[in-house]
Amino acid sequence: MIIPLDAILWIPAVAVPLLALVPNYRLGAVLNVVASGLTFAAGVSLLFVPRARSDILIIDDFNIFLVSVTTFVAFTTSIFSASYVGHEIETGRLTPIFVRFYHALYQAMIGAMDIALVANNIGLMWVGVEVATLSTVMMVGIYRTPEAVEAAWKYFILGSVGIALAFFGTILVYLVAQDVLGEGLAAMAWDRMVEKAASFDPRLLSLAFVFLLVGYGTKAGLAPFHAWLPDAHAEGPTPISAVLSGLLLNVALFALLRFKIVLAANPDTLPVGVIMIVLGLTSLVFAAFMLFRRRDIKRLFAYSSIEHMGIITFAFGIGGPLANFAGLLHMTLHSLTKSAIFFAVGHIAQVKGTQQIVQIRGLSVSHPVLAVGLALGVIAIAGLPPFGIFLSEFMLVSSTFARQPLLAVVLVIGLLIAFGALLLRLQQVLFGAPSGPAGQVKASYIPLFLHLAFVLVAGLWLPEPIVRWFRVVAAQLG
Amino acid sequence: MRSLQFDIAHLLAGGMVVLSFLLLYQDRITAMLNVFALQAITLALAVAWQAHFGNAPHLYVTAAIALVVKGFVIPAALHRIVRRLEIHREIEQVLGGGLTMILGLGLVALAILLVVPVGPGVSLLAREDLAFALAVILLGLLIMITRRNAVTQIIGFMSLENGLVLAATGARGMPLVVEFSVAFSILIAFIVFGVFVFRIRERFDTVDVGALDRFRGERSGDL
Repeated sequence: MIIPLDAILWIPAVAVPLLALVPNYRLGAVLNVVASGLTFAAGVSLLFVPRARSDILIIDDFNIFLVSVTTFVAFTTSIFSASYVGHEIETGRLTPIFVRFYHALYQAMIGAMDIALVANNIGLMWVGVEVATLSTVMMVGIYRTPEAVEAAWKYFILGSVGIALAFFGTILVYLVAQDVLGEGLAAMAWDRMVEKAASFDPRLLSLAFVFLLVGYGTKAGLAPFHAWLPDAHAEGPTPISAVLSGLLLNVALFALLRFKIVLAANPDTLPVGVIMIVLGLTSLVFAAFMLFRRRDIKRLFAYSSIEHMGIITFAFGIGGPLANFAGLLHMTLHSLTKSAIFFAVGHIAQVKGTQQIVQIRGLSVSHPVLAVGLALGVIAIAGLPPFGIFLSEFMLVSSTFARQPLLAVVLVIGLLIAFGALLLRLQQVLFGAPSGPAGQVKASYIPLFLHLAFVLVAGLWLPEPIVRWFRVVAAQLG
Repeated sequence: MRSLQFDIAHLLAGGMVVLSFLLLYQDRITAMLNVFALQAITLALAVAWQAHFGNAPHLYVTAAIALVVKGFVIPAALHRIVRRLEIHREIEQVLGGGLTMILGLGLVALAILLVVPVGPGVSLLAREDLAFALAVILLGLLIMITRRNAVTQIIGFMSLENGLVLAATGARGMPLVVEFSVAFSILIAFIVFGVFVFRIRERFDTVDVGALDRFRGERSGDL
């Protein structure tokens, strides 16, 4: 019964060449939605089939919810992307040939992320993160403006360095594992490693984790390796900003957490949590201050993503059942909220014809529905109740207070600064005399409000199976 | 006999580190390309040696890929690009030669200090091989940092990839899947790089990445 598992890998694999060959961009957009929808259906049906493992692929408590979230956000983003791309073609910013290319790459990225999530072989997981990154590099550069080329180049150079270091870390982990598990595929299977991790050489394992942390941390946009992230978000098409923030950062972090679980099963390794705490807090505080000086609305939310990746990394660094639970919840909710914000921002930038915050005024008068969507998204991401992010941040702060009060003070200061910056920018955009053209856009509001509804529901009530998975994974993470 | 086998493996891996140093201070693109090709050929020899004595015939494939693709095809293609772009003369460096070399030496020392004392789980030969590989990787990073020109950054990246292949083949019995994926990623990397070099050339009439700085997104917002 691994049919749904095959499906989430094969559907994108078939869709890539198909979309590359379809000349009509409208048909391409529809096919993109259909393929993403089918992948989502397969991802959800994984919840209802028995867990399975081989040395190559695995379905466990950890990745099962991330597969659902990833395929869901990929599906809703493809709906948003269809209306977004239609507008870009009408205004002539993209030509049909580039849109063909874009749709094929979109599916390649989704497929690669699915591979990274369901891989049991740590080499295959690396390949997945890899291919997903390379396809987003190409999409970031797709407008071919000087800014877009610079953004893509920077992303590519920093991404390659991350790739290389993560690969070296992967080799080191294999070297550690083959001593105990024997040579060959078995020594790259993650679940076997976790079983036998207690007898691994702790020193080499710790060294490997440092490389993996820097490598995958670059992909997850942690400061000080974040330089590519704001540029890539600001200059690429907005659907790509949505999946970058909502999905790719999560997948990179997920890869890192897989290794964290291996380390947690070995009592003699270095306390790597400390490094994660330092990286997480640095990202949080740095991004919070950077939020104040942003003039570009997509860049603003890109820094907000760095901030939230910092919060999540910090949570896993603190460790323990409660903080890990908060981290997992935050990962899921940030993914849903941030992609919703980018859906709103994408349409706003299209109707106003600019991404500069100073030139976007009076949105609540000119485009009330988009304004409500953006406002709800920002309120949710800033961590206000009743949205779910309030819940995860509250859990994190309270568990940190109980164990490391001083760190909790820094955490709260960072959160408050970011909160202030985001609300300040939000009111600038929403109120005042309306600026720019008042034309309407054929926007897709359903993905936007669906995401926000999920985040709201999560803040009020978490379904029991989700709580159970999170508990199991939180316990594994140590 | 066994010690001679070790010595030659070390000689080849050490040769790659020396060639990385050569790459570090070369100030002409064509010379850099030639040194890179030489490093790739050395890598191919090192991998083939591993395949022969490590009883791992599948590594011959990796060696052949390194030899053909990185030793000949990519350098030849880059030579053509460099000639077409007419940038085959001087290349600028951010830091002076002496300082770069000292930094490079520091990185090699770091690689040895990190990997060699890791413990009994891995054989001494594997650890020393790993130290060489890590040195090549770190020097590749240093090359990428000290160069501003797009083509030389590509060379730095590929030199770094050489270090990765050396590390992967030094890890005994690492499944072939991974080696293929490395070769594959190099291919993709090259395509992507090619696309970007072309675009950067097209848009700026220079492949100097420094020229991109004035297009910083934030600054254009001041208007």
